[in-house]
Order: sequence, then C-alpha cells, then structure tokens
Amino acid sequence: MSDARTGRLPASPTIHGRIVRLTHWLNALAFLILLLSGWKIYNASPVFAFRLPSELTLGGWLGGALLWHFAAMWLLALNGLLYLGHGFLCGHFRRKLWPVSPAAVWADIRAAFSGRLAHDDLSVYNAAQRAAYIALILGITLLALSGLAIWKPVQLAPLVQLFGGFDTARVVHFVAMALTLAVTAVHVLMVVLVPRTLLAMLIGRLPTVRSPQ
Amino acid sequence: MIKLKMGERFAALRNREIASLERRLFLRQGLSMGALSLLAGCNVTDEVGVENALRKISSWNDTVQAKLFDPKRLVEEYPASAIVRPFPFNAFYDEDGIPAVSAADFSLELAGLIRERKPWSLAELYALPQVTQTTRHICVEGWSAVGQWSGTPLRHFLERVGADTSARYVGFKCADDYYTSIDMATALHPQTLMAFRQDGDVLPAPNGFPLKIRVPTKLGFKNPKHVRAIFVTNEYPGGYWEDQGYNWFAGL
Ligand code: HEM
Repeated sequence: MSDARTGRLPASPTIHGRIVRLTHWLNALAFLILLLSGWKIYNASPVFAFRLPSELTLGGWLGGALLWHFAAMWLLALNGLLYLGHGFLCGHFRRKLWPVSPAAVWADIRAAFSGRLAHDDLSVYNAAQRAAYIALILGITLLALSGLAIWKPVQLAPLVQLFGGFDTARVVHFVAMALTLAVTAVHVLMVVLVPRTLLAMLIGRLPTVRSPQ
Repeated sequence: MIKLKMGERFAALRNREIASLERRLFLRQGLSMGALSLLAGCNVTDEVGVENALRKISSWNDTVQAKLFDPKRLVEEYPASAIVRPFPFNAFYDEDGIPAVSAADFSLELAGLIRERKPWSLAELYALPQVTQTTRHICVEGWSAVGQWSGTPLRHFLERVGADTSARYVGFKCADDYYTSIDMATALHPQTLMAFRQDGDVLPAPNGFPLKIRVPTKLGFKNPKHVRAIFVTNEYPGGYWEDQGYNWFAGL
C-alpha cells in the first residue's frame, strides 16, 4: 500500500522517540568509557583482592584513565539528566516503565525462560524489561552519587556520610558498577535474542509496514 | 579491621606491582585507547587530538572544582585511634630514592610575588606558631590513610612574608625534584599547613623531612614533601604529575 501523493509506503508507527534513542546511545557510550577507564583506576589500588584484566582497560596509565573518566562523567550526567527530565516530564516513564509489579516481573521472567514471552508489540515493554530498565536507571544514579562522593569527599562531606565514609563509598561505587554491568549484560543478551528491538532503538521504528489495525 | 587490611594492602601494593607499573608508565604511554579501539575494530590514529580534547575537559574540570571549593569548609578531623601506622610511603621513586636533606644546611627559599624573600632556616621555621591536625590523606590511586601533622598554617606564613595573596598560584619546589602548585584560595585555607612534624615526631624522611605542605582539601600528589622553595605567581606553574596528565586542581 503506497501513499498516493508521495508514492512512499506509509510510515510505520514510532516505537522509540528521538530523545530516548539519542540519550540511550550516548549513555551506552559514556557507560563504556566510564567502565573501562574505571577498571584501570580500580587496578591502581584495588579495594578487593583481585585486579581487572588490564588489556580491557582504557587510558594507558592511571592519569590517562582519570582523564577519560572525568570527561565521560559529564556526558553521562548531562545526558542522564536529559533522559530523566524527558522521562518524568513528558510522561515517557509513566507510559513505558510503569506500572511494574513483582508478580508480573516474575511471571515474565518465567515466560522468557520457557520461550513464551511475546514480543509482538515492541512499543510496549514487558514487566521484566521494565524492571531491568528501572534497575539500570537506579544503578547509574547510585554510580553517579557514589562517584561524586569519592570525587569530592570534602566539599560533599554529607554525601560521603550518607554512604558511611570514604572507604565504604568506594565499595558502593564498585558494587554499583558490577550490578549495573550484570543487568546490562542480560539486557544486551536479550537484544541479541530479539534483534528487531535493536533496529527499533536505532531508527525508531521497524522498516516493515505493519498491517493496518 | 578494614583499615588494617587496607594498610597491609597498600604497603604491599606500593612495594610490588604498582610501583614498578607506574615507573614504566610514567614514561608516558599516552592515552592508549586499547580496549575501545579493539571493540570498535579500528585504529585510533588521532591520539594527539583525543589527548588534547581530554586535557581541555580536564582544565574545565579545574574551573568547576575552583567554583565548588568552599574556602570556609573544614576537612573532617579524626580521633588519634584512626591514625595509620606506619604511614604509607608514596613517591615517584622507591624508598632508596628518598633525598637526604641536612637539617643544618636547609634553607627555605622564597620567590615570586613575595615582599620579604630572605631564606628561612629550619630553626626560624620551627619557631613559627604551630597547629596540629588529624586528617585523611587521599591518594589519586584510591587508597587513603588518616595521619597527624603539625605545622604552621601556610596562610600565616604567606601573610608574614608579605606574599601577594591576590595572586593566582602558590608553587613548590622540592629536594627530590618534585614540584607542584595550588590555587591561592586553597593556599589560604585554614587547614593548609607547612607541616614540620608528623604523628608527634619530626617529619620522618620518607614522609617529607623537613617540610611537607599538607593540603587536606586536595589529593596526595598536591601535598609536596621535602619542600625547599615556595613561590607565588600568576603564571600557571603546573606540576610533576600534572604535566603528565593528572588533573591540576585535584580538589577533594
Ligand atoms: C551496546 C550495548 C547496548 C545495546 C545494544 C542496547 C540496546 C537496547 C535496545 C535495543 C533497547 C530497546 C529495547 C526494546 O525496545 O525492547 C534498549 C533500551 C534501554 N536500554 Fe539499552 N542497550 C545497550 C546498553 C545499555 C546500557 C549500558 C544501559 C544503561 C546502563 C542501557 C539502558 C537501557 C534503558 C534504560 C532502556 C529503556 C529506554 C527507555 O525506553 O527509556 N542500555 N537498549
């Protein structure tokens, strides 16, 4: 079916808006830079009894890693504020991430494992997705706050106290990284299993014309 | 308990891998994009451009930190029971490179925008009024240790020698050829000390005999040891690590 005037196929419905796509990919970039440079910084003085694989780190040496880390934090923070502002003010979160109940999440996870989780309408997130995205938003928020605490332990002393001291804030920062990374890994795995979602997150819609409803 | 383990850990760290790693790395490896370019499957050819961009952001971070710095906000003080002993040694060289400064021959040189630039002997410095602080030293590497330092507030000294406290920077040169500099606002902070003593004794050689500038509002590498000259200037003086890429303001 083609449009009589332009001769083009009618546009398929938008699944992800421009701001969500833009902020999503900028966030993924910032997260990757922070992750890999953060590992190098961790290795300079590990809080735990292990080091992270040096080949996987960014920056070459501690000073280089710090330059990357404290540059990418701005991208993460400003981009994150745009995403959160848009999410809260334009109803995006209310529409797409809410409501989410533990029972629904559990049911969807079980359905996913038995291969029964439906993906026919990509404009609606299932409960497991909602839970994962909320977890990622909270994880990055915790990363940013604990990061601020160890970056400015004197000027932001009350924040450090909230985390129970400088050393605990470092541990919180690391653990928040590990948990966020774990959820991200599951997230990316799911995308690999349902690659159509990737296309939608890249160009906003699916290229195929959907049959009129 | 955690403190003890941390103490052991950084002692071990300094002495082994990290020390040698850093010695190798301080011959500047650049900002190798290693993993990122691997993931992107490309060669990052324009490393100089990337480095310049990152350094610009770093000096923007200096500006932000100067704004964030509250000259009246005091650093938290700790009880004596929190002091880490022995206090970790950290420098750009091993312990065998610690400079042997002679107390008798020592003189602190003054230069730049200072009215009375006569050198100070150790006896004259020791006669200055002193205060004691028990504060946390935080290293750029991530470890931290509470220590106790006694000495003269740098502000008192700068005013005494007629330094131009409207100038932008205070720089330090050290007997081990280390050098660094801080912003005037931090130099005038009440807890920025010319430390002559640590933990009740004359400053031990590994920790900076005879003079260390204790700046509890900045990372450890902004706390120069074995200081032999102080100068005041409006021209950016940089620093040993700062010139290699560490952030200059390095405020806490
Ligand atoms: C290369 C890595 C990544 C890929 C390929 C990827 C892919 C995707 C895709 C395809 C979607 C849409 C899912 C759907 O329509 O069903 C999505 C949504 C989302 N992703 Fe990612 N992602 C990546 C990294 C990340 C990272 C690192 C985070 C955060 C730590 C993240 C957080 C999110 C969030 C919060 C959403 C929901 C967006 C919204 O609607 O507000 N992603 N991602």
